[in-house]
Amino acid sequence: MSAVYFQLSDDQRALQAGVRELLAGRFEREALRAAVDEAGVDGSGARLDRGLWRELGEAGFFALRLPEADGGVGLGLPEAVLAFEEAGRALLPGPLVATHLAAGTVPGAAEGQTVVTAVDGALVEWLDEADVVQGDASGAMPLHSVDPLTPLHRVHAVVPTTAGADNSLAGLLTAAEQLGGASRTCDMAVRYARDREQFGRPIGSFQAVKHLCAQMLVRTEVARAAVYAAAVTADPLDIAAARLLADEAAVRGARDCLQIHGGMGFTWEADVHMYLKRAWVRARRGGDAAAPEESLAAELLLPEKR
Amino acid sequence: MDLTYTEEEEAFRAGLREWLAKVLPGLPPKPDPGDWPARRAYDLGWQRMLYDAGYAGLHWPVDAGGRGATPTQHLIFLEETERAGAPYVGANFVGLLHAGPTIAAEGTPEQRARWLPPILRGEEVWCQGFSEPDAGSDLASLRTRAVRDGDDYVITGSKIWTSHAEVADWCELLVRTRPVSDEVPKHRGITWLALPMDAPGVTVRPLRTLAGSTEFAEVFLDEVRVPAANRVGAENDGWRVTMVTLSFERGTAFVGEVVACRRVLGELAREARANGRWDDPSLRRRLGRLNAEFRALWRLTQWNVSESERTGGVPGVGGSVFKLRYSHARQELYDTAAEVLGPDALDLSREWTLDRLSSLSYTIAAGTSQIQQNIVAERILGLPKNG
Repeated sequence: MSAVYFQLSDDQRALQAGVRELLAGRFEREALRAAVDEAGVDGSGARLDRGLWRELGEAGFFALRLPEADGGVGLGLPEAVLAFEEAGRALLPGPLVATHLAAGTVPGAAEGQTVVTAVDGALVEWLDEADVVQGDASGAMPLHSVDPLTPLHRVHAVVPTTAGADNSLAGLLTAAEQLGGASRTCDMAVRYARDREQFGRPIGSFQAVKHLCAQMLVRTEVARAAVYAAAVTADPLDIAAARLLADEAAVRGARDCLQIHGGMGFTWEADVHMYLKRAWVRARRGGDAAAPEESLAAELLLPEKR
Repeated sequence: MDLTYTEEEEAFRAGLREWLAKVLPGLPPKPDPGDWPARRAYDLGWQRMLYDAGYAGLHWPVDAGGRGATPTQHLIFLEETERAGAPYVGANFVGLLHAGPTIAAEGTPEQRARWLPPILRGEEVWCQGFSEPDAGSDLASLRTRAVRDGDDYVITGSKIWTSHAEVADWCELLVRTRPVSDEVPKHRGITWLALPMDAPGVTVRPLRTLAGSTEFAEVFLDEVRVPAANRVGAENDGWRVTMVTLSFERGTAFVGEVVACRRVLGELAREARANGRWDDPSLRRRLGRLNAEFRALWRLTQWNVSESERTGGVPGVGGSVFKLRYSHARQELYDTAAEVLGPDALDLSREWTLDRLSSLSYTIAAGTSQIQQNIVAERILGLPKNG
């Protein structure tokens, strides 16, 4: 029976736990740090772990929304969003969104055999590692990427991003990754605030620190409601709203997490900076905040639907 | 996750809309905001109409005289009444949303029979006597004393921020019945009493807000006698009795307001287009971001309501998350309204100017944002107490 029930179903919880477990086993902190060491400060040495990519394919990460008759998992957008949230939480590298959206059209994408990237405005992620590039990447020049695990190329002949269905879905899956990152940095900040002692007590007992943590959770939970709702409705304006709130939750969450880590937060050795850098990279996808804000503003002038 | 309504829910919505369309045009004109007796009569009249139509106490349990509606139906009710511009719960707020549910949950059969039907029928108004001049955020340190004398309690002290005190019949009152000591923590000596507002020794002094209106009052209690039969729950158990329902205040209390904020946001956009400020992209983007904000708050409300359905009725601390964000968003909404209004933002005769002033209370009332952040940090995130 259909009824308003805006909570995860048991199956959705199981899927969430499954993806989290897979990533915890396959891309734990040691693997993350090894990948960063290989990539270097500017991502010039970044390599995709093709074995992991195939495992993701086998687990159905890319074929999640393809019909079972076509060899897919036959699930919907809400499940894809949950999987991408976990990917964001684990800081999983690679052109995950482009490959997921190419499943069913680009041979091998669904199975994790083919790595697909896409030109996004002036930027392309993971160009050198991709087997297939969607869009015109001719004349692309490598950047020194701020995020070691997202090598970037700059495309100078900018093709404006079109407002197609795929772009909207890419925005939603990116928002899901941002949500996962926001949730993770909140957890990291809280754990550090409980463990780290100064003046003879945990710094998390100080209200100034508590309130930073509380605001991180508030931003994350507001973004979660927006992202999950957009996954259910697939409405472009719901997606635009989800995008704005998830970007804010991820970027500010990582900033506050860094602040709570104090001097350690400013080091390469702490993981916090990588969450912030990835959040910056994701927030640029599909252009800046102007377009979603303008479309949400324009909607206010429309006559009420109901 | 499912955001579609059942046929029953859609039928409920349709029936409610039809009824609202029929009765709202026949409502008397809204009373002057400064005329408290007229406001009381208006709010009670609306409650009586709801009662006659079978919509009173929608979310109350059936054995308390309510309709035992699902949280989703309650949400639809709040959404549709606000959308249709129906009167706000007003003077019935404490009775319907706190004192009533408290009596329904903790009262004796006699107490339920005495107090609940007049609330539902729109015959009696309740107010809330919780905060004191020296017990605000630290509510459990309240000092209004009640001493047992035969079948009565004799009460002396004062309460503050009591809305509708001038026109209330009853006050849900928290009093101290056992002094704080090394053995007795402050929240273990509090008792919940129903105080008749016409009892000798009760003095009400209206308090003027920064908006210039008298939205609430101080209540002074000088040896006021209240029958012990008016006590709900056990002596010294009043803190628990109160908290059973206090979290409801944070669950659905703001639903109508979120709908209202979305309506105001649309009005702001149309006003901006009419007066030319719409041409400023930074203002448009600010309005667009507020649209995202209130859409998300609406979804968060649905999330919290579904969660309370899943966990069996008691809303979680998720209400604190909601309140923190909502109170801030509401202030941002009216700050943006001021940008839309330009010089008229300084004109008190503009509705949004008064609303901007009123919005300043949102980060203070029903738990300041600072207290809410402590609650979130300690009870949800598990950070250590004692800051």
